[in-house]
Amino acid sequence: MDLTTIWAFIIAFAVFAYVVMDGFDLGIGILFPTFDPGRERDRAMNSIAPVWDGNETWLVLGGGGLFAAFPLAYAVVLPATYPLIIAMLLGLVFRGVAFEYRWRDPNHRKFWDFAFTGGSLMAAMAQGMTLGALLQGVEVVDRAYAGSWFDWLTPYTLLCGLGVVAGYALLGSTWLIWKLDGEGQAHARGLALRSARATVVLMGAVSLYNVFLNAEYAERWLTAPEIYFAAPVPILTLLIAVSLIRAITRDRNSKPFWLSIALFFFGMAGLGVTMWPYVVPPDMTIWDAAAPERSQVFMLIGVAITMPLILAYTAWAYWVFRGKVGDEGYH
Amino acid sequence: MFEAFDALTLARIQFAFTVSFHFFFPAFSIGLASYLMVLEGLWLKTGKQLYLDLFKYWLKIFAIAFAMGVVSGIVMSYQFGTNWSVFSDVAGPVIGPLMAYEVLTAFFLEAGFLGVMLFGMNRVGKKLHFAATCMVALGTFVSAFWILSVNSWMQTPTGYEIAANGQYLPGESWWDIVFNPSFPYRLVHTVMAAYLTTAFVVGGVGAWHLLKDRANLHARKMFSMAMWMAAIVTPLQIFAGDLHGLNTLEHQPQKVMAMEGHYDSHPDGAPLILFGIPDSEAKTVRYAIEIPKASSLILKHDPDAPLAGLDTIPDDEEPPVGIVFWSFRIMVGIGFAMLGVGLWSLFARWRGKLYEWSWLHRAALVMAPSGFIAVLAGWITTEVGRQPYVIYGLLRTADAASPLDAPAVAASLLAFIVVYFTVFGIGVWYILRLMSHTPHAGELGVKRGDTGPIRTAGITPGPTQNPGHYEPLPDSKEDV
Repeated sequence: MDLTTIWAFIIAFAVFAYVVMDGFDLGIGILFPTFDPGRERDRAMNSIAPVWDGNETWLVLGGGGLFAAFPLAYAVVLPATYPLIIAMLLGLVFRGVAFEYRWRDPNHRKFWDFAFTGGSLMAAMAQGMTLGALLQGVEVVDRAYAGSWFDWLTPYTLLCGLGVVAGYALLGSTWLIWKLDGEGQAHARGLALRSARATVVLMGAVSLYNVFLNAEYAERWLTAPEIYFAAPVPILTLLIAVSLIRAITRDRNSKPFWLSIALFFFGMAGLGVTMWPYVVPPDMTIWDAAAPERSQVFMLIGVAITMPLILAYTAWAYWVFRGKVGDEGYH
Repeated sequence: MFEAFDALTLARIQFAFTVSFHFFFPAFSIGLASYLMVLEGLWLKTGKQLYLDLFKYWLKIFAIAFAMGVVSGIVMSYQFGTNWSVFSDVAGPVIGPLMAYEVLTAFFLEAGFLGVMLFGMNRVGKKLHFAATCMVALGTFVSAFWILSVNSWMQTPTGYEIAANGQYLPGESWWDIVFNPSFPYRLVHTVMAAYLTTAFVVGGVGAWHLLKDRANLHARKMFSMAMWMAAIVTPLQIFAGDLHGLNTLEHQPQKVMAMEGHYDSHPDGAPLILFGIPDSEAKTVRYAIEIPKASSLILKHDPDAPLAGLDTIPDDEEPPVGIVFWSFRIMVGIGFAMLGVGLWSLFARWRGKLYEWSWLHRAALVMAPSGFIAVLAGWITTEVGRQPYVIYGLLRTADAASPLDAPAVAASLLAFIVVYFTVFGIGVWYILRLMSHTPHAGELGVKRGDTGPIRTAGITPGPTQNPGHYEPLPDSKEDV
C-alpha cells in the first residue's frame, strides 16, 4: 500500500468519524422541534453539550486533511460546491452558538432552538448534497473547476441530501435511546424507527441511482469479478438494517446506536467501492491530487503520534459523561 | 449592493471580513484560557473560594467566546478552498501539513477537554479538572503556534521548491518551513497581544465593578491581576514589536516603507513621520509632522544610516500605503496608551491607592476594548503591507483566487455580513451582560437546565447557600 492510499484511508476515516459523531449532534438538532420545549429539549441538548465541539473538529480534520494530503481535490471540490459549503458553514454557525445562547437568554430560547434546528438541517442537507455533487462528477479543466453555477443542484444531489438528513436523524434518535429513559426514550424510539426506515429507503434509492447514473459505477457493481467484492456490502447493509429495526423496538441502551453506526460504515464502504480510486470523479484519481511524498510523510508522523492520543482522550471525555442524562444538567 | 466590485475584490473583502471577525475571539480566548488556568491553579494551591468564584465568573464568558471562535474558525478552514483555490492548489503541499498539525495537536486538544472543563468539575474531581483546563489553555497556544507559522511562511517563505506544475513543494527540511524567518517574532508578538487583550478586558470589567463598589473583593482581585499583566507585559510587547519591525525591515522592506510613509529614499538619515496624510498619487506624505533622522535611529540604530523608500520598488509592487500607515499608528498609539495605564497602576499600587483612584478605573474601563483594536490594526498592517502578494514575492493575490463569478461571491459575502453581525453581535451582547453582573461569592459555573427542576429539591444545598464548599451533585442513574 503506497502513501497516497494510506492517506485516502486516513481522510476516509476522518470523514467517517465526523459523519457518525457530528451526525448524532446534527440529528438531534434536526429532531429538536419534536421534543417538548421544557425538560425533553434540555436533556437532549445536555446529552451532547460536552462532546459536540470535539465531534465537529473531525470536520476540520476532514477539510484540513484534504487540503494537506490532496490539495488539488480541495481546490476543485470547494469552488464546485461553493453555495453548499457556504450554506453548511453558516448552518454550523447557527447550530454551534445555539448550544450556548439558548441557556444565556431564556426569553429568546424558542428562537435559538429554531436556529439550532435550522442550522443542523441546513448543514446536514448541504453535506449530503456535496457528497451527491461529488459522486455525480465534477468538471475539471487545467487544475480548476470548469463547470457552471448550479451543477450541484440536481434531483440526485437532493436525494443524497435527504439521505444524509434521514441518516443523521437516525443517529441522533438512537443516541437518545441510549442517553434518555422514560418518556424521552419512548419518544426517541418512535423517531428512530421512522428515521431508520427513511434512511434504508433513501440509501437504496441513492445506490440504485448510482448504478444507473454512471456506466463505470454500474460496471463496478454488476460485473464479475468486481461483483464478488462489491456484493457483500449491500447484503450486509440489509442484514444490519433488519437487526437495527429490531433493536430499536427492544433495546434500552446503546445497541441501536452502534447498529446505526454499522449501517453508516457499510454505506461508507459502498461509497468507497463506488468512487475508488477517484477522489474527484470522473477523472481525478487520488494520485492525481496527492501532495508530494515529503508532505505525506511529515503528516503521517503527526497522525501516528497524535491519533492514538486523540482517540484516547476523546473516549475519556465520553466516559466522563457516560450514562443516562438526568435533569440536573452539568455544572 | 456590490455591483461595483469584481469577484477578486469581493473575495478579498470576504476573507478580510471573516478573518477579522474570527480573530477577535481567539485573541480573547488564548489569554482567557491561560487566565482561567492561573485562577484554578491558585484556587487549588490556596484553597481560597475567591479564586474559584473568579474562575466560574470568567468560565461562563469563555464558553460563549470559545463557541464563537470555533464556528467562525471552521469558516476559515474551508475558505482557503472555496475562495482561494489556486492558492490552495499551489501552496497546499507546504502549508496544508502545518494546518493539519494544528488540527491534530491543538483543535482536538481544546475541543476534547473543553466539555470536561465546562461541565465536568463534579464528575472528575478537582485535579483532573485542572488538568483539563491546562489542556484547553495549551491547545489555544499550540493552535496559535501552527497558524502563525502558516501565516509567517506566507510572509517570509523559506524551505520550499517550485514544481513543474507550479506548486510549491516542501524542501528537505520542514524546520526551515515551520521556523521561517518572521515566525518567532510574529508568534511572540501575537501571543503577547492576546494576553494583553485579555488583561485589558479583565481589567476593564474589574474597574467597572470597582467604580460601583470599591470594596468588592472579587473586582479588586481581577483588577489587580490585570494591572500586573498590563504593567509587566506591555513593555515586553513594545520591545518584541520593535524586534518584529526590524525583522520585517530585513525580509519585507516594502511593508516598513509603507508603515513609515517613506515614499522617498533617505541617503543620510530618514525622518520619523509621526502624523501626516499619505498621498499615493503624488507619492508624498502631506502635512507631515516629522522627527528628523529618528526613523533611521529606530530601524538602523544609527541616525545617519541610509533608508530606502518606495521609490526603489516598482509601482505594481507597492502596498496600499495609506491603510498600512494609519493602522500601524493606531496599533502603536494603543500600545503606548496601554503602557501608560500599566505605569499609572504601578504608581497607584505603590501609593496604596490601586482600588481608590477612580480616574485610573475610568481609564482602565475606556481601555477595555483597546486590545481588540490594536490586534486588528496590527493584522491590517502586516496583511495589507505584504500586498500585492499573498505569498510574499511568489504568488500575487490577484492570481490566487477561485474561478468564481462576482454574484456568487457577493451573495456569500452578504450572507456572512448579515449572519456575523447578528449572531456574533448577540453573542457579544450576552458576554457584556455577563460582565455587568457583579462578581460575588458562590459564583455559579456554566449552568445548564435552569428551566426544569434543577436538582432533587431539598437534598443538596445549592452553592449559594454554602459558598465555601463546592458540593458535588448526586449522579443520576448510571447504567453503563
